[in-house]
Parts: sequence; C-alpha cells; structure tokens
Amino acid sequence: MTTTEIEPQLQPAGPLHKTREKMGRRFAYGFLILSITPILIGYTWLVIATISTRTEGLLPRNAQGGIGGFTLRNWDFVTDSAIWNAMLNSLLIAVAMVIGVGIASTAGGYALSRMKFAGRKTFLSMTLVLHAFKAEMLLIAIFFVLRFLGDIPVIGNYIGFNTVGGVALVMIALELPLGIWLMKGFFDNLPWDMERAALIDGASRFRVWWQIMLPQVRPGLAALSLFTFIAGWNAYLVPFTFTVGTKVANMPVFLNQLISDTAPTNWNAVAAVGLFQMIPLLIFFIFTQELLLNIYAGGSKGT
Amino acid sequence: MRVEIENLSKSWDGVIGADNITIDIPDGDMVAFLGPSGCGKTTTLLMVAGIYKPTGGTISFDGRVVNEVAPKDRGIGMVFQSYALYPHMSVFGNISYPLRLQKLDKGDIKQKVQKVADMMGIGDLLDRKIAQLSGGQQQRVSLGRALVKEPQLLLFDEPLSNLDARLRLTMRGEIKRLQKDLGITSIYVTHDQIEAMTMADRIAVMSKGVLQAYDVPEALYDRPKTLFVAGFVGNPPMNFFDVEIMSTNGEFRARSEAIDLVIPRDRAEKAAAVKGKITMGLRPEDVTFADESSSAGAGLTLTGVAEVVEPLGREDLVGVSINGVEMRVLVDKTKGVRVGNNITLVVNTSKLQLFDPETEQSLLWA
Repeated sequence: MTTTEIEPQLQPAGPLHKTREKMGRRFAYGFLILSITPILIGYTWLVIATISTRTEGLLPRNAQGGIGGFTLRNWDFVTDSAIWNAMLNSLLIAVAMVIGVGIASTAGGYALSRMKFAGRKTFLSMTLVLHAFKAEMLLIAIFFVLRFLGDIPVIGNYIGFNTVGGVALVMIALELPLGIWLMKGFFDNLPWDMERAALIDGASRFRVWWQIMLPQVRPGLAALSLFTFIAGWNAYLVPFTFTVGTKVANMPVFLNQLISDTAPTNWNAVAAVGLFQMIPLLIFFIFTQELLLNIYAGGSKGT
Repeated sequence: MRVEIENLSKSWDGVIGADNITIDIPDGDMVAFLGPSGCGKTTTLLMVAGIYKPTGGTISFDGRVVNEVAPKDRGIGMVFQSYALYPHMSVFGNISYPLRLQKLDKGDIKQKVQKVADMMGIGDLLDRKIAQLSGGQQQRVSLGRALVKEPQLLLFDEPLSNLDARLRLTMRGEIKRLQKDLGITSIYVTHDQIEAMTMADRIAVMSKGVLQAYDVPEALYDRPKTLFVAGFVGNPPMNFFDVEIMSTNGEFRARSEAIDLVIPRDRAEKAAAVKGKITMGLRPEDVTFADESSSAGAGLTLTGVAEVVEPLGREDLVGVSINGVEMRVLVDKTKGVRVGNNITLVVNTSKLQLFDPETEQSLLWA
C-alpha cells in the first residue's frame, strides 16, 4: 500500500486509544447489523416466497437436506397483459409527477425565494398549513373537480375522472407544497451576487433562472424527483379512488385486486407482483443516487 | 464615461438605504465609496448597476438618464466580493458568458476570452473548474468576466475583502494599473480606507446613507469637513478631545481638565464663534517624542504615561494617558517606549482640527 507511510501521522494516539476505537467501531457495526436484520429477513422471505409453493417458503423434503416446493408458477403473471398495463400506468403517473412537480416546484420555489409580491407570506404559510391536512379529507371534493374537468371538451378525456392524467394531476397537486418548500429552501441558500452578476452579464430573469440558478439546485431537484417518483409509483389511495376497473389501474391497485374477499388469495403470487413492482424503483434509485451524492463545490465563498 | 448621480435616494418601507446622494464622476476616474458596513455604499452601487431601482433622484451616463435601463443594457462590468462566479461552468465558460449572451461569433469569443485571460494572468487555466481555483485566481476570473465585454463603467463591490493580506496588496496594485491602462471609469466600494486612499482619484465617504464628503484623498485627510470623515479616514484614527478655546494675552489656548495647548491664531479664530466646548482632533502622527533636552515652547507639549505599546514594525503605536484622557500616538520605535514610562510629546499644532460638537461640522473647512 502506498498510503501506509502517512497513516501513522493520521493516528493521533497510542495502542490503548486504538483498541478503544476498534471496540467502538465493532459496537457500532454490531448495532447496525442487529437493527437491519429484521428488514433483511423480511426481504429475503419475500424473495423466497415468490418461488415457493407455500407462503412460509421452501420446505425441507428429506433427511438429506433436499429442498422442495420450488415453483415459478407465481411469476406466471408476467405473461398477463394486465400487469404490463398496470405497470405502464404506474410509470405514466410517476413520470408525469416527476415532470410536473419538478417544473412547478423549481419555478415556484424560485419565485417565492427571490421575488417580492403581494400575498407571498400568506401563500407560504397557507401551503404549509394545508399540507398538514391528509389527502383523504379532500377525496370527495377532488372527485367533483375531476368530474368537472372531465366535462371539458377534448382535454377532458385525458385529465378527468377515471383517467391516468386525472390521477397524475391530483397527485402532483398533493405533492407540490413539499416540492415548493424544498426547492425554495435550496434557492434561499444561493448567493444573490451570482444572480446579479448574471443580470449584469446580459441574461434575462428567465435565463438567470434556467442557466445559472437551476444548475446550482440540481442535487435538490434530484432528491425531489426521487421522492416524487416513489410517491407516484407507490400511489394507491388516489388511483384507487379515482379509477374504475383494470384499464387505468396502476401497480398498487392491481396488487390489491389480487387480494379477493371471496376466493382464497395466492399470497405467493402477491409477493411476486410486489417484488416485480420494486424493480423499476431500484433502477431509478441507482441512477439518481449519484446525483444525490454529488455535492457541488461552489465558486462563491461561504456557500 | 461620465457618471452623474443626482439626489439619489433608496428606501425600503421606511428604512433608508441611501439618502439624497449627489456624486459627479468624470470620465476615466476611479472613485471609491468608503464607509462602514451598512452606510449605503453598496446600495448606491447596486443602483448604478441597475439591480436596485432608486426611489428618488437620477443616475446619468454621459448625460443620459439610465434609471429605467436594464442592467444588461448599461454597458457595465461588475466584480463582487464573493466573486459570484458560476460554479457549474469552467473558467472559459464564466468569462465567455457575457459574450455568448451577445451571440457573438465562436471564434471571436475564443479570441477575446484568451486575450482577457492572458491579461489577467489566467490564460492557462481556462479549462479548469471554478472550485479548482484559489481565491486570488477566482477573483481574476471575476475581473476577466467583467472586462471581457469591454464595459464603459466598472463596478467593484469590496473585491479584495475575501483575499489574504498579501494578495490584497498585489491585487490592489494590479486593479489600479489595469484601470489606468484601460481608462475605464470605475466605482470601487470598500470599507478599507487604505484601499480607498491608494486606489481612488476621489473618495466619497458615506455614513448612515448620507454622503459625508466627496473629495480627493489628500483633502479628506488634511482638511476633513466633518467629524465622521476625520475619524474614519486615517489609520490609526484621529484622537478627539473636548476643549474650550480661550484667549489670554493674545495667545489662544485649547484647554480642558487634562490638557492645555497653545494653538495657532488662524485656526483658533475660526473657532471663536462657538461658545463652550468644541471638539479638537489630532492625528497620531502629528506629535513627536520629546527628549529631555528638547526645547519646545511651553504650551506645545503634553505629558502622560504610556499604557499600551503596540509595535507596528516601523513604529510603535502608543496609548498614552494624559491626565486620564486617552490618546494614541505613533512613536519612532528606536525611542524604546515601555508601558509605564512617563513621556512628553511635542504637538504639531498647525495640523490641529476643530469641530463643532453639535453639528459635527469642521470649524476650519466650511
């Protein structure tokens, strides 16, 4: 190792200190492993259940330790077009939310952070207060709004009741208070001077927002996109309430349809669909993770 | 470009940022706005830049009122204390940004950026990211970005405050030389009076949003028109004493419980109009250390005890207690003053300043 030469200088104290540090580290790791064990067991069980005939998982078959009860029948649904339709709907809702929330939050957050206008303070406190009310309270009112939107010629077919667009619209609205506040916080931390410099350099206000300010809040936007995507992908209550039948159902609603009140439920198939639903989320997370960790080193002091 | 600022005011909901400021900047001059923080100097600068809208008064460039002109159309370049560079762009990206917004030809941009970068001594750093530069290099990029569009007016907002002392000295000289070479009219905001004195052709001293004085540096130093200017310009600052002027036997004396000095007739007579106490100002360098043998006339000396001795290298800054009144003086370090020493100071009374304590105006320089 090339770093061994400088390492002794980095270690501040003698052997006693070292063993202490080692023990502390062991304790920390032990605690972490202990606390995530239930979660790991749960996920492992989920994965095993999807390829088992029994809910409890694979079962021992004989004294030699052979394992039985293996089956891929639970994954039969991948050939069913209904799940792909549900997945497409989930994706449409999530992507529409990421785009809608992203645009509205960065624009709104910037305006609330940087511009002076009447009602700014009231707006800020109202959005926070309204965010405290659960979405369930609004369901009936939103139903009427969607019915009204559905009556609008042409576009009503895309954003009314029982449409993917309608669901996305409602979900965007519910997510916006968080998004706007989050982005406002990020814009608040940017120095005014950078904006002034750009204005003097010849940029318009819109260009300043687009070319100078937005790149600085990219980590924030990535975080918001991730939250929003997860919220959209896992959305259940709103899609369940404002859609009818399987055509516009998204993944969680589809999953719920598998659980029937009248016939016995194949829980292993439910587990498989649940796992299937997680896959795109994992992929999305892998891509945004790097952006989230990408902390910007600023050209301005003190930021 | 000649810049005329006339009766310029700015207030926010009753809070006054700048009050009725009038400054005339001749073409090619460098003017410093000097004052403590919150005195309105940056506010005034941002109004000249077009970032703030004045609530009263006018700003004219070459006789054209520009109050309603957008910042980008004013032909100005600005350098900020925080550098205000765009961290997501390279050095080239930063300097070329104003030109790219003007939609200039790519080759032209490259040539101009290279020329400015070479002038600033950062020609080989164009591909670097901003975060990879030192503070001094960042400020050069910032200066390059301001210069690349060939502005008619350069605005500096405390550009050297974030640099270390050594670099500040170098950059001070460079900016001054650059400004003279290019002949661009400049406004330089600073709270550092040495920067203002060394760089500016004229200094506008401001306090609490009000213009206190606008004059050449020597005049501010030798003939301060207000108490504030006298106290703010000069380092170490001027000493002030409350005295009464008395005339005895054709001699004028400035007298208080602690001191008793004979002062020149021409200065004293101007102060005669004020009854009662007046404020007398004396710079730390306008005294000399008296040896026992020195033959200064009576009434020209002060005696006291050295209470603090701060070695400044070339001189010692000595805090002297004169019958209980504090005074700071600069003393040749070869005198070897120690704390507790009794010392006698000969005062150069021809440099005394006199102020009316009520109006804080100078009694000597109307």
